[in-house]
Amino acid sequence: MREPPNITRVLLLLGLASLALFPLTGSTFYIQLLTKIMIMAIFAMSLDLIVGYTGLVSLGHSAFFGFAGYVLALTAPRYEAVSLWLTLPVSMAATGILALAIGVLVLRTAGIYFIMVTLAFAQMLYYLFHDTKLGGGSDGIYLHARPSLAIGDISLLNLANHAHFYYLVLAFLLAVYFLLRQVLASPFGRVLVGIKANEARVRALGFQVFNYKLGAFVLAGALAGLAGYLAACQFGFVNPEILSWHYSGVVLMMLILGGMGRLYGAVIGAFAFVLVQELFSYQDIFGEYAKRWQLAMGGFIVLVVLLLPRGLADLMERAGRRPESESANG
Amino acid sequence: MEFLIQILNGIQYGLLLFLLASGLTLIFGIMGVINLAHGSFYMVGAYLAYWLARETGSLWLALPIGVVISIAIGVLLESALIRRLYQRDHLYQVLLTFGLILIFEELRSILFGNDVHGVPIPPALNFSIPLTETLSYPVYRLFISGVCLALAAALYFVIQKTRIGMMVRAGNSNREMAQVLGVNIPLLYTLVFAFGVALAAFAGMIAAPVSSVFPGMGNQILIICFVVVVIGGIGSIKGAMVAALLIGIADTLGKVLLPEYSGMAVYLLMAAVLIWRPQGLFQAT
Repeated sequence: MREPPNITRVLLLLGLASLALFPLTGSTFYIQLLTKIMIMAIFAMSLDLIVGYTGLVSLGHSAFFGFAGYVLALTAPRYEAVSLWLTLPVSMAATGILALAIGVLVLRTAGIYFIMVTLAFAQMLYYLFHDTKLGGGSDGIYLHARPSLAIGDISLLNLANHAHFYYLVLAFLLAVYFLLRQVLASPFGRVLVGIKANEARVRALGFQVFNYKLGAFVLAGALAGLAGYLAACQFGFVNPEILSWHYSGVVLMMLILGGMGRLYGAVIGAFAFVLVQELFSYQDIFGEYAKRWQLAMGGFIVLVVLLLPRGLADLMERAGRRPESESANG
Repeated sequence: MEFLIQILNGIQYGLLLFLLASGLTLIFGIMGVINLAHGSFYMVGAYLAYWLARETGSLWLALPIGVVISIAIGVLLESALIRRLYQRDHLYQVLLTFGLILIFEELRSILFGNDVHGVPIPPALNFSIPLTETLSYPVYRLFISGVCLALAAALYFVIQKTRIGMMVRAGNSNREMAQVLGVNIPLLYTLVFAFGVALAAFAGMIAAPVSSVFPGMGNQILIICFVVVVIGGIGSIKGAMVAALLIGIADTLGKVLLPEYSGMAVYLLMAAVLIWRPQGLFQAT
């Protein structure tokens, strides 16, 4: 686990403080936008575990994100609030089991194969929900009531309230960050990092590499499920698009933009990506072209890959270490 | 008889997939680049056919012009962007070509809008062969199959029997050694990439009269092509052919027999092959 350098730590803490205080401004639009970004940050951190730490480039991570949302939608009664204590563990466990089943198959492959096969399995799930009646076809399913969060009869948070939901997501964001830090500092996490650095050597040391990879894949899947569950709660519906491979590409892009192998890089990337996307589609600046934000986004992605392959977190670290070399961002 | 028609449709679809997948598998096998934008080239081809056929009034004129344009696009992309990815992790190849997909989709939307367009079948091929009193088979589909087969044969001949094919195979098995022996690897890579783009675009062009042209058509077929490459084995043209036919027939029959689950059929096939042979059916040749 790489510790953030001091300057990054200060910036992250400042960012966290502003996130904690933001709902006081009362701007519903931005509260919802930030909630969405924090959900994507959880999603990107889960991907970091397998891409950034274990070295498994998955292009099918949206399968777990979307599946958890569907589990919530399918297990919830139509007009009645279900308990979060019950549905969240069920969604995450079901997603973990799915990740186990897919992982056993896809981890037999490596490299380019792994990329394509993860993509193909995600697509299979997409068609399962798109073509059959199981999940309402291409229209998806509406969640008429948000899950409830209560102890006994005392309601802790009202999840239909934007600010309440915001704080719940923020709490989950921090929890996932510290959970993954613990995991990565453990012997299990050290082996994962070893697999990325030199798989053959880790195998020669006597570790069952496959089992470690599978463990990471399942944990990443379950955490992506957490993000998907929260997204389904926020938007109040699920449809096959949340399983589409575009989502997998976008979350991978967030991870690279922020800087992989750091966890907080994934968070920075999620914020930067969504804010850039919002900027490109902002009519006051781009006028007519705002509708064409995808074009600018595509160009932006190409430029990031060419000019900033290590991501923003790396840029910040260098700026902190050697202030004079701030411009050398290769 | 209806079964025969479905089989013929499956073969035609499979052969079309082969054109796409062979370019994809060559780019993987020889250059080590994973190209998500391959489906976009298919779409570019289809829209070129639509546009050029409308302007020139003939698909026969549209085809050669379209091929020249797509080769130019391929050379341009390779020298401007793809070239910078050879030494980089697959991760960056995925992302850059993902960015290209967004650009191509949006350009398509700006230039042609979001409507579905039809491309007329050339009059010379616009008739059907009667099979029974009520069933018949369109000649244009047979034409597609024929063209794809001829191209497959030509591809095989070029790779196995000619000097340039020898260089391609040498570059495939050992890049450094081939370079030391005097093969101009950068030029070879440009050619292979442009050729792959042209094959995909050509597939889009000849398929356009049957499938019509519509937004997102490239992404849909891209992932099927990945499945073909995974099943066939990366870098193997022979594998691409076998897998493409397998997928083509499985998909077409699936649509007839189990319409709700046909979208999944090809992926189940892939899962089965993965359990059996994780490296695909064939080794690269």
